[in-house]
Amino acid sequence: MIRFENVSKTFEGQSKAALLNVNVEIEKGEFVFLVGTSGSGKSTFLRLVLREHRSSKGHIMVAGKDLNRLASWRIPQMRRQIGTVFQDFRLLPNKTVAENVAFALQVIGKPRSHIRKTVPEVLELVGLDGKEDRLPDELSGGEQQRVAIARAFVNRPMILIADEPTGNLDPGTSVGIMKLLDRINRTGTTVVMATHDVSIVDQMRKRVIELENGHVVRDESRGVYGYQH
Amino acid sequence: MRLNYILSDLGIGLKRNLSMTIAVVVTIWVSLSLFGSALLAREQVDLMKGNWYDKIQISIFLCTKDSGGRGCSGAEVTTEQKNRIKQVIESNPDTAPEGVFGESKKEAFDQFKKLYKDSPIVSTVTEDQMQESYRVKLKDPQRYQNLISAVVGLPGVDTVQDLRQYLDPLFNALNKLRWGALLAAGLLLVAALMQISNTIRLAAYARRREIGIMRLVGASNFYIQLPFLLEAILAALIGAVLACGTLWLGVYFLVKKQAEETFRVWQWVGASETLRATLIMVVVGLVLAVIPTFLTTRKYLKV
Repeated sequence: MIRFENVSKTFEGQSKAALLNVNVEIEKGEFVFLVGTSGSGKSTFLRLVLREHRSSKGHIMVAGKDLNRLASWRIPQMRRQIGTVFQDFRLLPNKTVAENVAFALQVIGKPRSHIRKTVPEVLELVGLDGKEDRLPDELSGGEQQRVAIARAFVNRPMILIADEPTGNLDPGTSVGIMKLLDRINRTGTTVVMATHDVSIVDQMRKRVIELENGHVVRDESRGVYGYQH
Repeated sequence: MRLNYILSDLGIGLKRNLSMTIAVVVTIWVSLSLFGSALLAREQVDLMKGNWYDKIQISIFLCTKDSGGRGCSGAEVTTEQKNRIKQVIESNPDTAPEGVFGESKKEAFDQFKKLYKDSPIVSTVTEDQMQESYRVKLKDPQRYQNLISAVVGLPGVDTVQDLRQYLDPLFNALNKLRWGALLAAGLLLVAALMQISNTIRLAAYARRREIGIMRLVGASNFYIQLPFLLEAILAALIGAVLACGTLWLGVYFLVKKQAEETFRVWQWVGASETLRATLIMVVVGLVLAVIPTFLTTRKYLKV
């Protein structure tokens, strides 16, 4: 589903590479934790998958497409197969829960009937039925992240990318979010999650890829957060 | 594509940037008005030049029985006199080769009817009242004195006119006005372009959350650009419509009500010329709004 072949990324004006010679293959339906200190290259990795940047060297294959060869007008189509969740939720504050989720479908031109059917389904899946008409600031952090996940998943993407989705949440709420991500993973969606949350990684026992200074220093299935703790 | 979503977005965008949008509209309005006036000034010069101006420099009008020129004796010019006059013109060293055109009464009348087709004067004039003439092209338009003195006073010659001598100052003034208007229009259009790109930058900043999410969920570039494009097109259209209205009013009050009443000799720009100018203005306004919008949105909404 995602394959990095000898991928390096150096940002303009910087001498040090953000990623160096990364080789990773993530299969369809996998759940992968991306761990490492700040600045280790986690975010760069995720941004390369989203084609927000091009790699400086090497090939990145996402859902069978070579991202470096993808014409820029095809990028939006590619991104429709990827859902993304962030630490800061990134909800639209003036739209209700249902509108926030529907927005993701509206802007890619889905018909209204499809939206009216899909949005309640996905809100129920994330456990927000009954809160459709709330505004984001009337919700708790965990609920807001559920809205964000609903928005990321509403178009049934093949890949879900989560960049520290529990970073702003307390441990109890985080567990709920992880259960949700796990459930989404069980539907066949590949999940790649960057995180600092030791206990979550240790509990879930999923594949762990650790980055350090742009290198992959560890890649183990059913791993834990790491030896430094 | 969800039309109502796009339209509501457009409404929100316009409201948010109302003062900037008004500034864009006003600038486009004034600049297109000037541009349109310049177009009309050019049409006016062309109309005043008529059929002959670019081909000839001197017109030699021949006697009719009513004319009182020095060479006339109260009678129509004779064929003999005409041949003699033609010979004098053709043998003059300043006359351009093949530079003599004769205009018969009929041709003069046809031309007259064409020129004054909207005027009641046509019905009062007959072909017989027209003057025959020779129209002469010179080798060097500046050297007209020699030929004029050679033909003035010849039997059958009524008057000699050097068209350019008294039209050129007028045309020069009109041309200067036109270039001045074009320059001012150009400067204002540059200002309008900058305002448009500034407005878009502000709007893109104000909508950065939405735009960020749109990019993330894979909205097409066109879809993201569309509200900006519609905003610019709408502003340009309003500005262009106001400018067209201004031009029509200007033509009505300055040309129809003033110039045409005062200087009946000339043909003045009218509805067809104004319509043509306004169409050009609308196209120019739209193109000039769309281009910077595309460039700016590409810059600020990069995928």
